[in-house]
Amino acid sequence: MEFKMAQAAAEVPPKGGFSFDLCRRNEMLSNKGVPPPSFRKTGTTIVGLIFQDGVILGADTRATEGPIVCDKNCEKIHYMAPNIYCCGAGTAADTKAVTDMVSSQLQLHRYHTGRESRVVTALTLLKYHLFNYQGYFQAALVLGGVDANGPHLHTIYPHGSTDTLPLATMGSGSLAAMAVFESKYHEGLTKAEGINLVCEAICSGIFNDLGIGSNVDVCVITKGHKEYLRNHQLPNPRTYVNSKGFSFPKKTEVLLTRVTPLEEKVEVIEGGDAMEE
Amino acid sequence: MTKQQANWSPYDNNGGSCVAVAGADYCVVAADTRMSSGYNILTRDYSKICKLADKCVMASSGFQADVKALQKLLAARHLIYQHQHNKQMSCPAMAQLLSNTLYYKRFFPYYSFNVLGGLDSEGKGCVFTYDAVGSYEKVGYSSQGSGSTLIMPFLDNQLKSPSPLLLPALDAVTPLSESEAVDLVKTVFASATERDIYTGDKLEIVILNAEGIRREYMELRKD
Repeated sequence: MEFKMAQAAAEVPPKGGFSFDLCRRNEMLSNKGVPPPSFRKTGTTIVGLIFQDGVILGADTRATEGPIVCDKNCEKIHYMAPNIYCCGAGTAADTKAVTDMVSSQLQLHRYHTGRESRVVTALTLLKYHLFNYQGYFQAALVLGGVDANGPHLHTIYPHGSTDTLPLATMGSGSLAAMAVFESKYHEGLTKAEGINLVCEAICSGIFNDLGIGSNVDVCVITKGHKEYLRNHQLPNPRTYVNSKGFSFPKKTEVLLTRVTPLEEKVEVIEGGDAMEE
Repeated sequence: MTKQQANWSPYDNNGGSCVAVAGADYCVVAADTRMSSGYNILTRDYSKICKLADKCVMASSGFQADVKALQKLLAARHLIYQHQHNKQMSCPAMAQLLSNTLYYKRFFPYYSFNVLGGLDSEGKGCVFTYDAVGSYEKVGYSSQGSGSTLIMPFLDNQLKSPSPLLLPALDAVTPLSESEAVDLVKTVFASATERDIYTGDKLEIVILNAEGIRREYMELRKD
């Protein structure tokens, strides 16, 4: 009986999802003072609002690794379907992975049904995936698009809960952006007013929160048409460019070259059997 | 039973970077003016540079409350010195005083990363660099603070003398002219601001030479 059970345990293939085998080792290491590896986060502002003809999404372009900016111009507005885009905040790898995966699933679904994708489909696929991973997938998303039922805008939290709202902000700069939205938003905005408001909200995050910076990306989605305005605003040019430039010394100087040939230690014997397969 | 951890820290890091470069007859000390806490900006216009004596200027990054206390203490000690000796403290003397003051609080340190810049008694530029507990060294240039890991390698590349095995060791001071040194400092801060979130807003540059002390400002990225 015991022998059979041990065999069965050895034969079961590893299931999908995260493996928590190393958690105890990690805890032991952190107790000894070893710092855990850092990962790249997008300390971010992502926003979305519904205007009279559709949805406008906005995002900043800075990715940080702790206190250092690792990407000054990254893309946080991800493509999901021709009529649906998704902004991602949190761990950069997680947001990219989850949006790419759901985007592929939507494409297959479009082939299967022969119809344009709906925003609620993307929403359900994303929230099921994030809930399955119990919040370990650190992705906070703002999903927006226009489908057969009109314009939609949703926020999705890392644990899998969702909200459906006319205006949405996520990320470390969400409070700064929401403050701007709450003071200036009204129903029935025109496209120009909407883009302006989105840019103002992102800029308030850019200048007041250290995790956010660089440029503003905007995406406008209306019935049957989308405009992806990459780097719509560049409010942060480099302040000082040296006119003369700098010279860099050529290479490390060679001080001494000494070649010591090693003695042969291997004896080569003639004959011997050929290697077996 | 794991050791009980403190749930409150007496320190905070207000960020920022400082740089000092010494020349044959001048010294340039610079720091950004951003004061932050966590991801928030507390103010865009806070000076980290303090004039300790006629020919001696200190720039400090770290916990600004400790920096302020340290500056007050040094100013008081300098006043006593002036009463006792009837003259201003020279830069090397102030350097030693700062080191002793920092080590005095060895077991509850000032969270302050300092660079001291000035002219010695012969009028030549000198820069002293410190750690939080007072270990110091006279150098030709130095940087401290959150952006120092980005700034120091560039200064080493441009200002460091080549290997002492090849040539006799060059003098610590840089062969650059005063305007070239100021230009270098501006470039270095513009670059550090691009990649360090705690550095930015405005750059304050203090230049000491035989004529006296001069201050310059330059705008930096505010994001």
